[in-house]
Amino acid sequence: AGPDPLITEVQDWASGFGHGVDEVPYGLPIKFEDDVIRRNVEWLTADTISSINFTPIHALDGTITPQGCAFERHHSGAIELSKPDYRLMINGLVDQPLVFSYDDLERFPREQHVYFCECAANTGMEWAGAQLNGAQFTHGMIHNMEYTGVPLRTLLAEAGLDAAGDFKDKWVYVEGADASSNGRSIPMEKAMDDVLVAFKANGEALRKEHGYPVRLVVPGWEGNMWVKWLRRVEVMDGPVESREETSKYTDTLADGTSRKWTWVMDAKSVVTSPSPQAPIKHGHGPVVITGMAWSGHGKITRVDVSKDGGMTWETARLASEGQDKALTRFYLDTTWEGEEWLLQSRAIDETGYVQPTKAQLRDVRGLNSIYHNNCIQTWHVKANGEAENVEVS
Amino acid sequence: APIPEPEAPVKTAAAPEALDGGIIGAAHADNGDTKGLRFGLGRGALPEEIAAWNLDVSPDGTGLPAGSGNAFDGEAIFEEQCAVCHGSFAEGVGNWPKLAGGDGTLADEDPLKTVGSYWPYTSTVWDYVHRSMPFGNAQSLSVDDTYAIVAYILYSNDIIDDEFELNQDTLPEVVLPNADGFIVDDRAETEYSKWRTEPCMENCKDGPVEITMRATVLDVTPEEAVEEPAATDPAPEPAAAVDPAPEPAAEPAADPAAAPAETDAPDPELVAAGEKVFNKCKACHQIGDGAKDRVGPQLNGIVGREIGSVEGFKYSNTMGSMGGAWDAETLAAFLADPRGTVKGTKMAFAGLRKDSDVEALIAYLSSFSQ
Repeated sequence: AGPDPLITEVQDWASGFGHGVDEVPYGLPIKFEDDVIRRNVEWLTADTISSINFTPIHALDGTITPQGCAFERHHSGAIELSKPDYRLMINGLVDQPLVFSYDDLERFPREQHVYFCECAANTGMEWAGAQLNGAQFTHGMIHNMEYTGVPLRTLLAEAGLDAAGDFKDKWVYVEGADASSNGRSIPMEKAMDDVLVAFKANGEALRKEHGYPVRLVVPGWEGNMWVKWLRRVEVMDGPVESREETSKYTDTLADGTSRKWTWVMDAKSVVTSPSPQAPIKHGHGPVVITGMAWSGHGKITRVDVSKDGGMTWETARLASEGQDKALTRFYLDTTWEGEEWLLQSRAIDETGYVQPTKAQLRDVRGLNSIYHNNCIQTWHVKANGEAENVEVS
Repeated sequence: APIPEPEAPVKTAAAPEALDGGIIGAAHADNGDTKGLRFGLGRGALPEEIAAWNLDVSPDGTGLPAGSGNAFDGEAIFEEQCAVCHGSFAEGVGNWPKLAGGDGTLADEDPLKTVGSYWPYTSTVWDYVHRSMPFGNAQSLSVDDTYAIVAYILYSNDIIDDEFELNQDTLPEVVLPNADGFIVDDRAETEYSKWRTEPCMENCKDGPVEITMRATVLDVTPEEAVEEPAATDPAPEPAAAVDPAPEPAAEPAADPAAAPAETDAPDPELVAAGEKVFNKCKACHQIGDGAKDRVGPQLNGIVGREIGSVEGFKYSNTMGSMGGAWDAETLAAFLADPRGTVKGTKMAFAGLRKDSDVEALIAYLSSFSQ
């Protein structure tokens, strides 16, 4: 091969001007990345107003999910609620029911935490078998952001909790300002622990689709409880048993009984590259296997990778030490000589929980759970570098 | 005023002891002394404000307002407000939720989860209908209409008869068939103990590992994400327990300009009234800038448009072959009685009862020219 003209010839960008600083006051990704977007699976739901889309995890690295491509789930569409129009009510078993404005919230001492938010239905379409051919679709109902906000316990204390008496059998009911209201009941223990009333994500205001101006962050627990456009918190002496915690977000077992209050997202991981949407396009030799791991029980302490469908495993390198209820990035720096791989990853968290296989999950739960499928995923990497979603024996 | 001290964080985090209530109790004791640590932010909520938002209803009936309704009255209300998505008999339309049926299917391969077969509490049905329905026009139902609609849903599931008077006293006493079908999350006992073990690293499987299922066989992945669209065979039905999607949305209309007609501008008050009526249509139809086909076709320029003419939208055979154009007269007849006017139309809406609503809606539709 001769000399590379991209090097030997003066290129336009090396001689003329690029954009000035005022060209794009708030930027979007460069046009070459315009396929890295949230995508919808049309047959899943009746209407996009009450539906979900998927984070392009196959094309991302690191751990922080940019808001612009972080999955959306709405039950009645993403509403536009301005800060001046925003109100948050605390009522129920409190000493003084209160109403906060948005500005009030910014005057309380605030905290910052990175947390993952995973929809309970993530990987739910895979219960009955390998179905969707891409990590974005099998595992993309997740994002991971740095939140700034006020602990819910601070706001509850402001309203006074003497009226609540013993916290042990108390709950808070949280609801949004949108037409669905998406109300959920949360036990008082969790409400007083790490639940955050958040108004910033990744340093900037929440995006409309993530609940601007204020959303609830319920670390480690299913995304449906992270109520967006949060408008009311009611201290109660029992759960409301709302639509979203009875007819939905309950997990039906093989014998027809269903688990309720399955809030915690168990440890899980997935290889994001190579994967069906991110095939190996370079030749043989060095290749980076990467993916992400998370656990609603705490920190990820270890991730193992198998290239032979789970027969043998090697421990991957964590990009940084696991953080509580946040995504951890893992890498396995290896070589590929065109051999076929059955690529898997297996997360282990600080409680010693080991991510189960599909067979293990099905043994306990059957095929109709819909939610909380945290099984080990398999990608079949072929001799030409393409990858496919498969199940193995 | 003195700057308040920041509140001491309540130490209930990760520590497992938090679950037995010991530390919670201690935290509560602390909270009893927090008056001096409060920030003095926010204002007292007024009783009217609490009443406006505090609408949730609990299984024991707490939160139910006074009122009543029965299934006999509920049938007509359901037909007008709910049937477009949920079907006249609560059996569901297309991919929209089925509210009746499915009795005894929960252990089947493909369970049908409805109010009758799955929901544990009657209060949940009332609460959800009252606060979140109809889709696209939430919080518009009166208390009595809500009781009547819930009664009709229960009646459709053979749980009450059509004369049963549902009210704040009787509703909590209606026990749904699957009330005892739920257990509290038991993963800690049934799963965690099994899986908190030292994982195998070598020779972890008995036989050679074989591929038992492939996603490309099913091929339900949206096309734009596939590197090389492979199969030429028609895609089989997706395996998930959901119905196939309604017809894919067509491209947006080439010029979805929403400029009001220049001549014969309709009465603005009538248009405003029509916009409210259009709330009944919104679950299925879009109109205005960027309107797309959804369950029903987009409606820009519908007044004067050729009947059944939106390219790419799948009309019923009747509608597709009717010919002619929509004028005020044909529209009025159709909107008052869709299925009586166009036999076999896919539009499940029962029709507008009031002539004044029909007139206002047509005025509203007229304000969006092609």
